[in-house]
Amino acid sequence: MLDYEKYLRYRTFPVPWCPGCGIGTIFKAVVTAFAKLKWNPNDIAVVSGIGCSGRLSTYFNTNTLHTTHGRALTFATGIKLSNPDKHVVVFSGDGDALAIGGNHFIHACRRNLNIKLIVINNNIYGMTGGQVSPTTPTGFVTTTTPYGNTEPHFDTVELAKAAGATYVARETVNRPRQMLKVIEKSFNHAGFSVVEIVSNCHINLGRRNKLKHPLPMLKWIEENTIPLSKAKDMSEEELEYKYVVGEFVHRHRPDYLSLYEDLVVKKAGGDKK
Amino acid sequence: MNNVKIRSGNELVVEGAIAAGCNFFAGYPITPSSEIAEGMSRELPKVHGIFIQMEDELASIGAVIGASLGGKKVMTATSGPGFSLKQENLGVALIAEVPVVIVNVMRGGPSTGLPTRGAQGDVMQARWGTHGDHPVIALAPAFPKEVFLTTIDAFNLAEKFMTPVILLLDELVGHSHEPVELPGPNEYEIVNRKYPEKLETLEIYKREMGGPPLRPDFFMGYPIHIESLEHNDYGYPTTNPEIVEVQQRRRLEKIEKHKNEIIRYKTHYMDDAELVIFAFGSMARSALEAIEILRREGGPKIGLFQPITIWPFPEEQLKKEVGDRDVLVVELNWGQLVYEVERVLKTNKIHSLLKMTGMPIRPDEIIEKIKEIKNA
Repeated sequence: MLDYEKYLRYRTFPVPWCPGCGIGTIFKAVVTAFAKLKWNPNDIAVVSGIGCSGRLSTYFNTNTLHTTHGRALTFATGIKLSNPDKHVVVFSGDGDALAIGGNHFIHACRRNLNIKLIVINNNIYGMTGGQVSPTTPTGFVTTTTPYGNTEPHFDTVELAKAAGATYVARETVNRPRQMLKVIEKSFNHAGFSVVEIVSNCHINLGRRNKLKHPLPMLKWIEENTIPLSKAKDMSEEELEYKYVVGEFVHRHRPDYLSLYEDLVVKKAGGDKK
Repeated sequence: MNNVKIRSGNELVVEGAIAAGCNFFAGYPITPSSEIAEGMSRELPKVHGIFIQMEDELASIGAVIGASLGGKKVMTATSGPGFSLKQENLGVALIAEVPVVIVNVMRGGPSTGLPTRGAQGDVMQARWGTHGDHPVIALAPAFPKEVFLTTIDAFNLAEKFMTPVILLLDELVGHSHEPVELPGPNEYEIVNRKYPEKLETLEIYKREMGGPPLRPDFFMGYPIHIESLEHNDYGYPTTNPEIVEVQQRRRLEKIEKHKNEIIRYKTHYMDDAELVIFAFGSMARSALEAIEILRREGGPKIGLFQPITIWPFPEEQLKKEVGDRDVLVVELNWGQLVYEVERVLKTNKIHSLLKMTGMPIRPDEIIEKIKEIKNA
C-alpha cells in the first residue's frame, strides 16, 4: 500500500475541475509517483501557472506556488537555483506553456535545470470558457474560432526536443499506467524534463465539436493515439493530428547548476558553501 | 579618506546589494541599467551567490520571487520598458508578500524613448504600475554614498515588511562616476526577514492589521502555499468578500501604519529659506548646486526638501518642514510628483520647473526660474 495521503492537502478539497475532467487522472498519477519514489513532501515544490492546470498546486500538501499566466517556469527556476537539492515540479497547460509562456518554455529546455515540467494539453483554454489554443486541432470550433480553427497546431514534443530538453515524453489520460511510468521516469531524470499529457476537455472543447461527454471525447483521443513504435513506420501525412505517445528523448547533458558551480564559481574564486 | 573610490551609481547599487547580503540576482540587459547585471554576474559567484540572465524581463522577476521564497535575498534591475514588463509579477510579490528589490534606472519614455538619456518619468509607474490597489515602497537616492546606503535600506525594508521595494535611480545618478567614501559595515544595519520559532498553524497570513506575514521559507518543514489569487489566512484562494477585505486592508495598512519608519528624506539650507525646492534624485543635485550658487552670490535664500522615500509619499514630513513657505517643484518629467506636493500642501503657493527633453535641468535654469518667481 502506497503512503500517498501525505501528499494531499485535504483542507483545500473539493477540487474545482468539471466532472470527468482528465486533470484528476493526472493528479493521481503525480501523487502516486511521489509516493512510489518516497519523496519527502517538504523536499518538493509544486509550481503552477494559470488555467485549469494552474489550480493543481493548491491541492498538494507540499511547498506550493500558484503564479501568473505562463510564468510558472520562471518562478520554478528561482526556486531550483536557490535550493538545488530539492524537487521542483511544474504544471502548465497548453496555452500557459506554449502561447503566453512559450519563451520561458523553450529557454527552460535550453538551460536544462533539473525541473520537471508536466504540460497538460487539453487543446483549449478551458478556464476562460473555451477559446482556441496553440494545440487546438485545425477545423475545431471554439468560442474565438466560431467558423473553425484555421491555424496549424504546435507539437509540444518536437518543440521541447528542438529546444534541448533532456527528457521528453507524451502520454494521454487514457493510458494511466504508461502515464505514471513516464512521469516517474521524468522525476528520476537529472535535467529538464517535459512530459505532455493529452487530456479531455469535453465541456469547453468537446461540446462544440460533437464530443460533448467524457466518453466520446476520450474515445476521440484514443482513436488519434499512436504508439511511438508504430508511428516510426508511418508517413508525416498519416501522423498529422495524431498523438504519438511514448518516450522521445532521454539524454544526458550537464545541467545549469553543475556548470555554474564547476566553471563560474571556481573561476570567480568563490568560496565553497 | 582611505576608502575613497571612483564609482558610478549603478556600481554602487552592486556594492550596496552585496553588502546587504544579496545572494541571488536575475536580470535582462537594458540600457541604462545593464552595469548592475554585469556587476552582479561578476560579484555574486565570489560570495557563493547565484546570478542568472533570464530570457526576458518577466522571467527575471519571476525567478527572483521564486528564489526569495526559497530563502534568498534577491534583486533584479531594469529600466523603463523592462519595468513595464515586470509589472505583472510585481503584483505577485505584492499580493503574496515576497521580499524583492527591483531597481529601475529611469530613462526617457514612453516606449523605447530615449534609452541613453536621463528622466524621472516612472514615479507614477512605480506607484500604480501593477493593477489593483496595493501598497508600494519606492526609494530614490541622489548622492553616491546615499545610493550605496539606500540600496542596503531597500533590502532591509523588503525583508522587514515582506514586500517588494523599488529602487528608483535616474540615468544621471546611475551613470555619473564620482569619488565616494564607502561606509564600513559598522555604519549600516542589515535586516533579515523574521521566521516563526514554531509554526502552530499554517495560517501564515493571520496577522494583526498592518502586520507583515510571519512565515517560513520553502523547504523549512511546513507545507506552505503561496498564491497569486486573493487568499485567506492559509494562503488558499478565496472570493469571500469579508476575507478579501481583511487581506486587502492588512496589506495596505502594512505600509500606512509603518510609514514614518519607511520615510527617509533630507533637508538642505532650510532654516533661513524663503522658498523651498522639492526635488529628488539627479534634480536634487542640480537644485542644491543652484541653491549654493545663489547663496554665494548673495541671491535669494532657498532651501531644499529632498525625499529619498518617494512612496509612501512623505506627507507629514513635507508639511512640517515647509510650513507656509512657497515651493518650487523641480522634476525631470512633465509633472508627476508636483501633483502630490499640491495635494499635500493645499494652501501653499506651488511653482514647478518641469522638463523632459533628454537633458537634465541645469542649475542655471533653476536659478533663472527662481528669479522669475521673485520678480513676478
